[in-house]
Amino acid sequence: MAKGNGTFRIGTGAGFSADRLDPAVDLARRGALDVMVLECLGERTVAFAHRDRMADPRRGYNTLLERRMRALLAPCREAGTVIITNMGAANPRAAAERTRDVAHALGLSGLKIACIEGDDVSGRLGNDQPFMDEPGTLADIGRPVVGMNAYLGADAIIPALQAGADVVIGGRLADPSMFLAPLMHHYGWQNSDLAALGAGTLVGHLMECGMQITGGYYADPGTKDVPDLAQCGYPLAEVAADGSAVITKLPGTGGCVNEATVKEQLLYEVHDPAAYLTPDVTADFSRVKLKDLGHDRVRVSDAGGRARPEKLKVTVGFDAGVLAEAGVSYAGPAAGARGRLAAGIVDARLKETHKIKSPLRVDLIGAGSLFATAGKTRNDSEDVRLHVALRTTNRDEAELMLWEVESLLCCGPAGGGGYRGVITPAVETKSILIARGLVKPTVEIFVT
Amino acid sequence: MIVRGRNERLLVRDIAHARAGDKGNTSNVNIWVNDPEDFELLKRSVTPERIKKEFPKLVRGKVTRYVIEHLHGLNLVMGEALEGGVNASLNLDSHGKSWSYLILGLTLDTGESATSSER
Repeated sequence: MAKGNGTFRIGTGAGFSADRLDPAVDLARRGALDVMVLECLGERTVAFAHRDRMADPRRGYNTLLERRMRALLAPCREAGTVIITNMGAANPRAAAERTRDVAHALGLSGLKIACIEGDDVSGRLGNDQPFMDEPGTLADIGRPVVGMNAYLGADAIIPALQAGADVVIGGRLADPSMFLAPLMHHYGWQNSDLAALGAGTLVGHLMECGMQITGGYYADPGTKDVPDLAQCGYPLAEVAADGSAVITKLPGTGGCVNEATVKEQLLYEVHDPAAYLTPDVTADFSRVKLKDLGHDRVRVSDAGGRARPEKLKVTVGFDAGVLAEAGVSYAGPAAGARGRLAAGIVDARLKETHKIKSPLRVDLIGAGSLFATAGKTRNDSEDVRLHVALRTTNRDEAELMLWEVESLLCCGPAGGGGYRGVITPAVETKSILIARGLVKPTVEIFVT
Repeated sequence: MIVRGRNERLLVRDIAHARAGDKGNTSNVNIWVNDPEDFELLKRSVTPERIKKEFPKLVRGKVTRYVIEHLHGLNLVMGEALEGGVNASLNLDSHGKSWSYLILGLTLDTGESATSSER
């Protein structure tokens, strides 16, 4: 492999489950990539995927898998680019089979699709397992568990690469590990090369959220202007043998890569910058050096690494009933006063008339919602929306809440309009730890 | 370095940029100054004590501040700060993604009558 002047080229083709596809196709075609990673799994998405699988054993993988594979398999094959993804979610086997079907339909023969399993550790742990970062144990959940997935690291992915896979599909593959594994495989880094593992993990961490490092989720007009965000390009890392890298994007794409975009991603969802825990290494980002080379190129180096955590993290997902949301809008003079009156009515009807005790929240969008608990509200808005949210395991309560909000159209304050209501299934997740010996990843290769 | 007129009320957003992330019920916001000369002003203005004082109902747990001296940035890690976290919160923004702008909306401690402009 290795297509770029001695560097190894990794691109991101998705940074979350619903990420864009067309810029990924562009990167696959023009990026001369060794590897494209599609990171599509979060703590909640894996739990939802388990629910999908329970409803239909043929599902439970990323709902965009077929579309993504239809668009990416051919250009990646043509460029000799290996695809690595956790789109398998709760059902990597079905995802690999669907990918094989797509490859057949595209007339791609001899394609090797690796399916990594073994992250699902349901039934392998006792009920006395303590939660990772809060009091309590699994026994306290008291709701049906829908799935338990251990985070698999690079050591679960490397055997698939050694087997010559063109596409690697897993479930709960840790985000940075999908970038680190091909680097370890290509450069021959061992588990004892802690600095290299730290460096490769930094590359993975910076790249795993896709456009969050190329100008996406960054723009703030007037202070942080980003060119052509509508056509933002996915990131591309040119990684050297020591793990240092240049983060960039394709010429002709929108967005930008500069020191500021890299910094915001450097500590995104990081707590202690000197101890970023992954299945592979305890990475140290606290002394990372950044150098803006201009032309949307930033050099990153000097990440460190210490021994990996002894145990693996497990996400436990369980059924949490539903989230019900409903709203009505008020505009014009005294809109805020009418909205507040409506809020009081809904609160009284639900709690007093209907005796609902489930967690309920009433916001006034435009006068204070996101920052309401932080104490930041305003009273001068002439365009507010009542937003009512209820979490409940009782479907009747959810439907009653929607009904009460809709009834404001005739029974509430003057001038209310634009009722909408929606009930969505909810999952909750908790984290626990598992001994590495209890997790046994497997690889199976499907050939088209 | 930021140049200010007398009595002008400056916000953290005038000298810095930030991004928020969530893990469980813990929120972290990383904050970076645009000009290294403003780093001391940022450090003075965004302290764990100040966060606890400004948002007592929202930030219920411990606040830890990591200083990344050579990159002129701070990482605020705020425990019990997400109204239960993404799965339990009834806030429209259950990830607390907008908490970055909660921090960027703080007034700067410019040394003179800064506290009098706070609500």
